[in-house]
Amino acid sequence: MAKITIDGIETEVPDGTTILNAARQIGGAIVPPAMCYYTSLQQSGGKCRVCLVRVAQASARDPRPLPKLVASCSTPVQDGMIVENITSPDVLEARKGVVEFLLINHPLDCPICDQAGECDLQDLSYAHGLATTRYEEERRTFEPIDIGDKIKLHMTRCILCYRCTYVADQLTDERRHGVLNRGDRAEIGTYIQKAIDNDFSGNMIDVCPVGALTDRTFRFKSRVWFTRPLDAHRNCEKCCGKVVLWTKGEEVLRVTARKDKYGEVHEFICNECRFEHKNLSDWVVEGPRHIDRHSVISQNHYEKINLVALKKEIERQIQFQKGRTNGNNPNALTA
Amino acid sequence: MRRQLLLKDINVPGIQSYDVYRRQGGYTAVEKALRGMSPEQVTEEVKLSGLRGRGGAGFPTGLKWTFIDRKSGKPVYLVCNADESEPGTFKDRYLLEHIPHLLIEGMILASYAIGANTAYIYMRGEFRWIFPILERAIAEAKAAGFLGSNILGSGFSLEIHVHPGGGAYICGEETALLESLEGKRGNPRLKPPYFPAVMGLYHCPTLVNNVETLATVPSIITMGGAEYARIGVGKSTGTKLISASGHINKPGVYEIELGLPVEEFIYSDEYCGGIWKGRQLKAVVAGGSSVPILPADLILKTAKGEPRLMTYESLAEGGFQTGTMLGSGGFIVMDETTCIVRNLWNFTRFYHHESCGQCSPCREGTGWMEKVLHRIEHGEGRPHDIDLLDDVAKKIEGKTICPLGDAAAWPVSSAIRHFREDFEYHIRYPEKVRNPKHFEIEPLVPRRHLATA
Ligand SMILES: Cc1cc2nc3c(=O)[nH]c(=O)nc-3n(C[C@H](O)[C@H](O)[C@H](O)COP(=O)(O)O)c2cc1C
Ligand code: SF4
Ligand code: SF4
Ligand code: FES
Repeated sequence: MAKITIDGIETEVPDGTTILNAARQIGGAIVPPAMCYYTSLQQSGGKCRVCLVRVAQASARDPRPLPKLVASCSTPVQDGMIVENITSPDVLEARKGVVEFLLINHPLDCPICDQAGECDLQDLSYAHGLATTRYEEERRTFEPIDIGDKIKLHMTRCILCYRCTYVADQLTDERRHGVLNRGDRAEIGTYIQKAIDNDFSGNMIDVCPVGALTDRTFRFKSRVWFTRPLDAHRNCEKCCGKVVLWTKGEEVLRVTARKDKYGEVHEFICNECRFEHKNLSDWVVEGPRHIDRHSVISQNHYEKINLVALKKEIERQIQFQKGRTNGNNPNALTA
Repeated sequence: MRRQLLLKDINVPGIQSYDVYRRQGGYTAVEKALRGMSPEQVTEEVKLSGLRGRGGAGFPTGLKWTFIDRKSGKPVYLVCNADESEPGTFKDRYLLEHIPHLLIEGMILASYAIGANTAYIYMRGEFRWIFPILERAIAEAKAAGFLGSNILGSGFSLEIHVHPGGGAYICGEETALLESLEGKRGNPRLKPPYFPAVMGLYHCPTLVNNVETLATVPSIITMGGAEYARIGVGKSTGTKLISASGHINKPGVYEIELGLPVEEFIYSDEYCGGIWKGRQLKAVVAGGSSVPILPADLILKTAKGEPRLMTYESLAEGGFQTGTMLGSGGFIVMDETTCIVRNLWNFTRFYHHESCGQCSPCREGTGWMEKVLHRIEHGEGRPHDIDLLDDVAKKIEGKTICPLGDAAAWPVSSAIRHFREDFEYHIRYPEKVRNPKHFEIEPLVPRRHLATA
């Protein structure tokens, strides 16, 4: 076991735990963001650099600070380590820089992107980004391509986290998916224009933190925050069969695996469950899905609507509006 | 008296061949080591010599050899880094092409010391014509009994393979090199956990050394580590190859004794022979494109006014504020007509082109800096561009997976630090800089064009 302090909060974790996972055990605001690390995909992490933290003391034995900021997702803790995340101005400045880098070549086409509302990059830029851009150059562009008949690749939105390539490597039996070219011309390629067509390829969509890989069967059907997510399962021979159904009325618009509060899937699902069962009757519905993340979908906490509170809120809104038009409410907005 | 260890026989006719190399005393170091020294003794001599890695980082070579985990039960590999692609550096190529047996001899000694039975030469893809030279040298050494099984009856066996890369600068970074050697995309690995000495090639203990580093080992074994350490100054021992290029009268590869004053190196007829066309010195990039550029006054003398020497320590004197690094020894000299912005744009274009694209700051930042520099150089710069560039470089430096990010950021930061006037001139006189020869037509007179003056 190793004792570690993150932003002044002490905890004890097994040896070999990464700083990021130690922070996640503590939870709350001191957890560094992560765009490329993915617990269930080996070798992931270390690339996006948004999880950089400052190590103010390397260990109890060696109390010196580390010379550079380190990627918390791939740096194991040491006993007596002292880490600064949100308490270090250097870290916040570096993170702002990384967010800016991730956005300079991003098309910012959120209004027409299916990922909007559940996009890690949107959340990240909201939390750490600048409101303006200093980038005046032309953005890099790519044509969207179909990866088989179920998955769409918008390379312009890709942040090259490599997660989908690890899915291809680790979950599917024939690897036809990887990164071509280098630098900012690097792109996700399906070698020799081969469609990705095997049982677990759909998981790429779920691991993609942005709207670069989206579900073609769901394209433009609905904004995600207008859907009702339900936990459901079925008996499946190929996978765990545990999914989230994104529904509207009786209609199943999309099926995904279940993500934890850090946006990670721990039990991947097969393509049959994802793409072939779009009837509610195919599924045993367990109940509303609780969405943890700070995003627009989590604003629809309909799964545990507190009717009394809701009524009060509506009442307050009505009063507020009235006050505005009457011009005598002390809460009224001054123009 | 200057001594030559690496290049002393380079002009002997036929030195490329085994017979001539052997006649000049080649492979006697292997005989000495395999017949009379234990692997530990070989390592000890290299430690005593004070030899530091010639690939750029200057890490003590003997110490690196002791990091190799020989008890893991896994095979141990030696990999020679012959990917030499740093702009301004062309010394390894010279050795590979002209005296290949020197490298092979060094590789036999290093392999013996660390217990490797398989060694690779990972060679830059563009060096295609050197490939048959090395293959032939390896075959000759094997025919003479210096490679293969049971070399000189010592029980030690070694095979050397040459592996041409695809021509990517990033594959010179040791962990990217190992990925590429394994047949994968040349992306650098994360350190930790992938320190080559523990988790190297095929996850086995691996020693990666530069061509020049390995080619120095035979001399160390022949003369003894202590004797080698007597050459040079302080912790910069021995001789070093310097690739001298740019606006000098005699560009080329020089072997210097470390400790030579920079001024002597630039101006003496024995070396660069002074600045060409009788012009004045403006700036020097002393260790390959990645190291900070220094203006004439700071390269000849340190900020304290002491003469700057060609050593790891002296060149670094003053930190990045007023110093630089010896790096790989790519010595690029620029005369008074040089446009620092144009040169920097060229370097930055290189890093943009060569970034592997794994980590966001380097992937996006190098391209951004290149575009801004392109604008400034072509008369489309804006006043805030200089500070923007400086800030983008800061946001890359120290935040990436491998040192390529730093290598891209340092030239930018240092050029702005020392040559801000060049940048401001470009922004003030866009119509003048549209001609690429602007400073040849009308050299920049220092301090006259300062916007802030
Ligand atoms: C981007 C990059 C490129 C490099 N290119 C080379 C190279 O071409 N040749 C080389 O010997 N070392 C190169 N290096 C340094 C190697 O990573 C490594 O430090 C070196 O091969 C170790 O050998 P040495 O200890 O003998 O110097 C490069 C490093 C980086 C970060
Ligand atoms: S397509 Fe998505 S998952 Fe794949 S590398 Fe790009 S951002 Fe990551
Ligand atoms: S610093 Fe650049 S070259 Fe190095 S790993 Fe990152 S993107 Fe690749
Ligand atoms: S999450 Fe750690 S570098 Fe991307």
